[in-house]
Amino acid sequence: MFAIFTWLADAVTWQWLGLRPGSRFGEAVHFFVEDTTKIFTLLVVIVFAMGFLRALIAPEKVRELVAGKPRFVSYPLAVMLGSVTPFCSCSSVPLFIGFLEAGIPLGVTMAFLIASPMINEVAVVLLAAILGWKVAALYVAAGMTVGVLGGLLIEALRLEKWVEDYVWQIRMGKVALPKADTSWKGRFDFAKREVREIVGRIWKYVLAGIALGAILHGYVPAEWLAKQTAADNFLAVPLAALVGIPLYSSASGVIPVVESLLTKGVPVGTVLTLMMSVAAISLPEMIILRKVLKPQLIGAFAGILFVAFIVVGYLFNALFA
Amino acid sequence: MKEFTVYGSGCCNCDNTKNLIRQEAERMGVPVEVKEVTDTAEIMAAGIMSTPGVALNGEIVHVGSVPTPAQVRAWLQG
Repeated sequence: MFAIFTWLADAVTWQWLGLRPGSRFGEAVHFFVEDTTKIFTLLVVIVFAMGFLRALIAPEKVRELVAGKPRFVSYPLAVMLGSVTPFCSCSSVPLFIGFLEAGIPLGVTMAFLIASPMINEVAVVLLAAILGWKVAALYVAAGMTVGVLGGLLIEALRLEKWVEDYVWQIRMGKVALPKADTSWKGRFDFAKREVREIVGRIWKYVLAGIALGAILHGYVPAEWLAKQTAADNFLAVPLAALVGIPLYSSASGVIPVVESLLTKGVPVGTVLTLMMSVAAISLPEMIILRKVLKPQLIGAFAGILFVAFIVVGYLFNALFA
Repeated sequence: MKEFTVYGSGCCNCDNTKNLIRQEAERMGVPVEVKEVTDTAEIMAAGIMSTPGVALNGEIVHVGSVPTPAQVRAWLQG
């Protein structure tokens, strides 16, 4: 199905530009051309289809579904719904308060906030299309494990004391929310807008990811990289988690890098750790959450995620060695 | 006079929403007043969890995203 993009990249790189197959620069350019055309085509198709199906759930609905459920239901439910619930990062604060106000435990709320940026429908379908359903399923499993693990840790440590005090005072009003327009035209317009909005927001990350992937692909020798990151090198996983924390990209943007690393023989657990770590936490999000979390909880949150990424990385390396 | 209230923490989506309403109103020649509510407690008290939210004459008509120009025009006409 994607042969057309390879063919296109062949034509552009070897024929128009006259680069030599096998040369480092040529291979990097080929990767860049192929992935840019392929990923952006896929992105538009996926985002449009999701928008058209309205296969997304409003945060209000999630709150309603998760509230009052026993832990063994609410944790998995929160991370699963987190993956199909789009929200603007500035909504994190009202969302956080809204969840707690509905009596949803802090751990479950954090699990939702952790999983939401990591696993999203666009990244998962993109991952499946490019690297196969197996890698996509592994990533979803890894992201959900981190979400649940992170939330459970926050709950076990009783970190409610580090939520800003005013949060507990807020009472939410009740209101009948407007219904979505689900006519054919309404769906079509919505899907078109989603494409413009989402692709318009993440294209920079995706392009940067493709460029990085292309450089890795062309210039970094596979044997060297595979040796550095082999599963028996215990530092590789923590390093991947550490590198990813200050870096931020949308989950879709990391995919070309993931693609490049996997073909170079880097173990899958290590790659997943990097991807989660890049996608999950960002400095702007932390700053926004500071409005509701005391600095201690922000620190604990970052620390817990770091540990969870590492645990999952080792786990997946061990399982799929 | 139509009275709009935009609920949001002051992020760019909220600013876009306000500007969109003002622009469309000006284009259609409808007098409007656009207020904004940025206080989290007040936003929540209005029952809004996903921002930006829009109320028209006190009734919530939209939540969770920047409304479309067509939606805004419909509010202005109605």
